Amino acid sequence: MQWEIVIGLEIHAQLSTRSKIFSGASTAYGAQPNTQACGIDIALPGVLPVLNYGAVERAVKFGVAVGAKINSPSIFARKNYFYPDLPKGYQISQYEIPVVEGGSIKIQVGDAEKTVRLTRAHLEEDAGKSLHEDFHGMSGIDLNRAGTPLLEIVSEPDMRSSTEAVAYAKALHTLVRWTGICDGNMQEGSFRCDANVSVRPRGTETLGTRCEIKNLNSFRFLEKAIDFEARRQIEILEEGGHIRQETRLYDAQRDETRTMRSKEDAHDYRYFPDPDLLPLAISEEWIEQIKASLPELPEVRRHRYIRDFGLTNYDAGVLTSAREMADYFEMTVKQLPMQAKLCANWIMGDVSGRLNKENIEITQCPVSPGQLAGLLLRISDGTISGKSAKDVFESMWQGEQGGDADAIIAAKGLKQISDDSEIERLIDEVLATFPQQVADYRSGKEKAFNSLVGQVMKATKGKANPGQVNSILKKKLE
Amino acid sequence: MTLSLDDVKRVASLARIEISEDEAQQMLTQLSGIFSLIEQMQAVDTSGIEPMSHAQDMMQRLREDVVTESDQHLLFQSVAPQVEAGLYLVPKVIE
Repeated sequence: MQWEIVIGLEIHAQLSTRSKIFSGASTAYGAQPNTQACGIDIALPGVLPVLNYGAVERAVKFGVAVGAKINSPSIFARKNYFYPDLPKGYQISQYEIPVVEGGSIKIQVGDAEKTVRLTRAHLEEDAGKSLHEDFHGMSGIDLNRAGTPLLEIVSEPDMRSSTEAVAYAKALHTLVRWTGICDGNMQEGSFRCDANVSVRPRGTETLGTRCEIKNLNSFRFLEKAIDFEARRQIEILEEGGHIRQETRLYDAQRDETRTMRSKEDAHDYRYFPDPDLLPLAISEEWIEQIKASLPELPEVRRHRYIRDFGLTNYDAGVLTSAREMADYFEMTVKQLPMQAKLCANWIMGDVSGRLNKENIEITQCPVSPGQLAGLLLRISDGTISGKSAKDVFESMWQGEQGGDADAIIAAKGLKQISDDSEIERLIDEVLATFPQQVADYRSGKEKAFNSLVGQVMKATKGKANPGQVNSILKKKLE
Repeated sequence: MTLSLDDVKRVASLARIEISEDEAQQMLTQLSGIFSLIEQMQAVDTSGIEPMSHAQDMMQRLREDVVTESDQHLLFQSVAPQVEAGLYLVPKVIE
């Protein structure tokens, strides 16, 4: 039987506010345990939560960016469960009426574009952290993370492969960083994924029983966990078994998912509206103001790059995967509008490669867009060869000659010999030195020609334009 | 809606409240009393009235996103039963 995989994702994005969602404690990462957990965060009696303007603003920004409906009022609810890193015994979340409802996001899979619909996005607080290393058989609790604002973004079950799920997660990751609502740091847990996976016979409409996989903190794990889980479910069904609805944990070391809890002992969260918080109203003016403050979105830019610069879908997608990279590209291409493809190739190739090697961000790139444009100009006007350009780029990276391409080209004598008479003179020398190859070529051995080109390039120390050498050499051999 | 003794015990267990058989019986009586009060209220005709999520007809006030709290963990932890390396220690729980 042919099976179809159905995937929906729940993504928790930590909002980039300075203070917590309901208290004035700091959200800075990596502080000493419990030094950023105030009375509200640790649930001392008598404290009251007060909602953070910055958290609401970021949630609305997201909603506007995905074309969703902003609910006003929306309601905060208590989600009750017992766990030591949840001091109040409930998490403040949104249940019946979330702040963001609907919307969609476009994803790229190969050359195809697909729309993934969003169900909702709601504001909630994060829990603390439990450390299970041995404290004399006890667990250690750090409540610094308790009360950190999260936006939980829930998709419809619109994805049909792990590749699509990863494309969606990446598109969302790009969007939240692009709009500045979340730093997207997956190592620090600022962007976390849970996947709902089910399978059904291809061609049928009814959804199969799903399992939720938790603990997916990288795109690679997301992909592998979904692939494993789909295989597991298909095997069970093909052997005539049934899928049990349950929550499963992905174990990266073993590359498998395993049961965390089944539906029978699933939580009964007993949601109810939080009497400590009034309904949240968001005015039309505020929404309009936020809409106006949004930068040009990645999707829009991608299409613009394809339309205005003639870039391929793939190139435009890579360049708009982060706003900083897209900005770098635009500043470069502004100075070389007719050479967009050359700019794109260099930024995606040499520049990105060098940044990866040094493990730094494009915002820290020692070669500025203006300097890069200076180099690319000299490639496009034939002053230097592509090969020499790599040397010049390396020198620019090292900060030689103040990073000025022209100064480096002059200092290193890398200028191509474009003077025909100079090239002709060198070619004559080569022809005189290698009569055998000349004879071979004239007797029909095409290969001998390449060997002669190689000798000329060697004689010019790589500074001649190969195209020019080719045509002059051909003329001389006729 | 009628509440059973099992419902009471289940809610108690979800909230991690230990109750004895006697207490459970007592709770059942008290909670059933509350439920009958709710039933009386349910009987009121509320058609045409917009439901409220809060007893007060007001909207949430927002605070500016600034850090106003300082580190007071030593004070807070002075009443904690067990503390080590800045962490609160609790009986081991692994989900």
